[in-house]
Amino acid sequence: MPILKVESLDVRHGLLPAVRHVSLAVAEGETLALVGANGAGKTTLMRAIAGAHKPSGGRIVFEGTDITAVPAHERVRAGIALVPEGRRLFPELTVEENLLVAGQNSKQGHWNVESVLDAFPILKPLYKKRAANLSGGEQQAAAIGRALMTNPRVLLLDEVSLGLSPLAVEGVYHSLQTLIAGGATILLVEQDLGRAAAVATRIACMLEGRIVLEGAADSLTRQQITEAYFGLNRRVANGVGA
Amino acid sequence: MSGPQGGTERLSALSIQRWTPLSRAFTGGALALAAALIFVPVLLSANVTQKLTSLFILIMIAVMWNALAGYGGLVSVGQQAYIGIGAYGTVLLAHQGLEPYAAMVLAVVLSGLVSVPASYLLLRMKGGQFAIASWVFAEVFAIIVTLRVDLGAGTGISLIELNRYGAADRQAFTYWLTLAATTITLGLIFVLLRSRLGSSLQAIRDDEDAAASVGVKVMAGKRILYIIASTGCGAAGAMTLANTLFIVPSSIFSVKWTAFMIFMVLVGGLGTFEGPIIGAVILFGIQDLFADEGGWYLVGLGMTAILFALLLPRGLWGTVGERFGIQLMPVGYRVRGLGRTGRSPTGVAPADEAAVSRAEV
Amino acid sequence: MTWVNAIIQGIMLGGFYALLACGLSLMFGVMRIINLAHGDLAVLGAFLTWVLVDKTHFPLIVSLVLALIVMFGVGWALQRVLLERSLRSGMLIPLLTTFGLGIVIENLLLEAFSPDVRSLGGNAGVVTTASWRITDQLSISALGILILGVAIIVLGGLHLFLARTSLGRAMRATAQDPDTAELVGVDSRSVYARAAGIAVVTAALAGAFLAIRAVVDPSSGPTQLIFAFEAVVIGGFGSLWGTLLGGFVLGVAQTIGAQIDPQSSALAGHLVFLAVLAFRSGGILMARGAEA
Repeated sequence: MPILKVESLDVRHGLLPAVRHVSLAVAEGETLALVGANGAGKTTLMRAIAGAHKPSGGRIVFEGTDITAVPAHERVRAGIALVPEGRRLFPELTVEENLLVAGQNSKQGHWNVESVLDAFPILKPLYKKRAANLSGGEQQAAAIGRALMTNPRVLLLDEVSLGLSPLAVEGVYHSLQTLIAGGATILLVEQDLGRAAAVATRIACMLEGRIVLEGAADSLTRQQITEAYFGLNRRVANGVGA
Repeated sequence: MSGPQGGTERLSALSIQRWTPLSRAFTGGALALAAALIFVPVLLSANVTQKLTSLFILIMIAVMWNALAGYGGLVSVGQQAYIGIGAYGTVLLAHQGLEPYAAMVLAVVLSGLVSVPASYLLLRMKGGQFAIASWVFAEVFAIIVTLRVDLGAGTGISLIELNRYGAADRQAFTYWLTLAATTITLGLIFVLLRSRLGSSLQAIRDDEDAAASVGVKVMAGKRILYIIASTGCGAAGAMTLANTLFIVPSSIFSVKWTAFMIFMVLVGGLGTFEGPIIGAVILFGIQDLFADEGGWYLVGLGMTAILFALLLPRGLWGTVGERFGIQLMPVGYRVRGLGRTGRSPTGVAPADEAAVSRAEV
Repeated sequence: MTWVNAIIQGIMLGGFYALLACGLSLMFGVMRIINLAHGDLAVLGAFLTWVLVDKTHFPLIVSLVLALIVMFGVGWALQRVLLERSLRSGMLIPLLTTFGLGIVIENLLLEAFSPDVRSLGGNAGVVTTASWRITDQLSISALGILILGVAIIVLGGLHLFLARTSLGRAMRATAQDPDTAELVGVDSRSVYARAAGIAVVTAALAGAFLAIRAVVDPSSGPTQLIFAFEAVVIGGFGSLWGTLLGGFVLGVAQTIGAQIDPQSSALAGHLVFLAVLAFRSGGILMARGAEA
């Protein structure tokens, strides 16, 4: 049974449909990468799963329970954590406080301040610094650490390499690989197809709010993904996606 | 509303319209009504004349407060400053020997003059900070008046200079002056909303930062509104003095004026041209029926205002006008070809029309 | 010597204003709301304490504690019933609803208790009359010191609460980014409601002290709101210690104004406020811009 299931989900921004009838399932321990162009609805889908957007239709089922109407902070407690696009650390709080605020209402488990600092050694010397004073890569590490503090069963990562230096991206992905090796369940949004293909077990491609292609990472060709990504050959893409 | 995916193809089918047959008829009717109202003191009793004068004053302050909050996004809790300045300015000038009605007109100008430096001070603040700062400003004038024995200090003063006219003449002059001031005020707001500035102002209210980023002169727009609203309230103050002949600082500078303004605008429809007028008529009726109830009457007004703010934030007129697509006074634009009629500067426009109205900015 | 006296009295008065202002500052800091009913809530707290003393004959301190517990619930309900809905409709509506609430509280008190002034001074015992005589013209009242002490304890306590406790941390996180706070497991609605509860408790405490050191009547609220706001603005928005300093400046301005002419005490405070607005709109500490 999949740990997370999305069934015919619709999400609108005002009148604009951003996610249209999306269904997908994430099995425990797998890494599913969502790829697609800007505005394809990836971020909206992630935020809807985390509870930051209210869907206009469809269901979200987590561990067999319908959580569509559950508020975001309770989903965190249930085991869903989002690392939002743009990191969104609390700028006036220190790194320590950013971690603690996430941990204080959540389940206890493997992740605590010590284990997060062990996983992200670059944060150790920055522990008492205000988050606003961190570099992009450091902030991204802190944001992932903050999400881990909630001991999630499913980790949602939205554009974790956006705006980072190549070196910082290496660092972030290195730590992700450690997480994945440790058996974490991850749903990942990534613009960089290469990166996505390298870490994911499965890839789903979104176009104009729909999932147009989905398959095991090693079964999809680069050609197929690129065509779905840009909507070059919709007939083929739809055929594979269905 | 159709989905936006159809929007681009259909944009060419849209046309912008200001006048509709209904708004044409109504605007004409309003002008005819204003003309007919001139004859009230001649044809009807003194009691009716005085009551209508009070109603016009309520309309004036409601429209002025709506100009500030509904178009400028400025919640003032201190417009009573100008009501007081209009009233006490009249007393001061009349004491200098000026003909009392001329003194009223000059006092209105004085209110406008005071509001210019005040705007530089108060408009530095936004939101709630502007609200309380404007209140402090009113308090300063109230205290200054209570410190001046020649203005009757805290016990109040009457405009004895008006006694040179007989009661009936006085009533009629005051009425005509108030009618003129109300007509000018409404006309000014009407013209303002139809001007380029009107579109800018709506942009400011919808999103001040966005408006500034596309080149709308936010501060200038707010300042113009503040000066107009303050001058209008000054007129209301001078007319209140002429209508009641006696004023006390604790009531002419009372924050209750603001409570009335908020009530009228919220009930009638914030950000609509017609709403405040309807709100004023409703408050006028309520005052006639319940003013003797004292505290309970104000409890009722406060509760009603809260309920409207929470449950019907567009007020009676905003809600009705939107549902039926009616616009009696053509201050906005109608976008023909859309499913529903758009009214841009008079309400929170749906996304498509907002784009149209901003294109003008 | 009378000037020294005026300054000392002003500082003690300033402690009262800081106490009155810290709840206003807290609500603005956490929820970005300026609560225009703040002064009326302070007066409501004073009347509630007065009723408890009058009807139950409990000692003042017991009545006050009971009243503060009730007022926490009032603040909590205020957020849940009124402000939460208001906030969803933009920045204009909370101002209008809190202004309306102020009118409602004031006139309900008027109907229930008549316009007469009330005082708790008679119930506070020796503290209202005791004073230390320094010289012939200079004496320091025990009550003034008590209020100043309570103000410093409350502001310092709030500061520590926000800096050190997990709820305080959640409040700061929610204030900075409510959406993200939800995404890391903070129940922002509950955090807001508790912040409003705390803010109203501090207002009610200040209201009770107002009734102990002077008198209150149902229409005292707006003036108290204005004084609280002036203290916050003079000190600079967003800083609790700035609020304490702003309270001192306002208090000293008022006592020096009263020294010149007893009727112009409030006027002197208003003028200092307007001067700060004109020349240092970020507050005298310039901690943060006035638009923060």
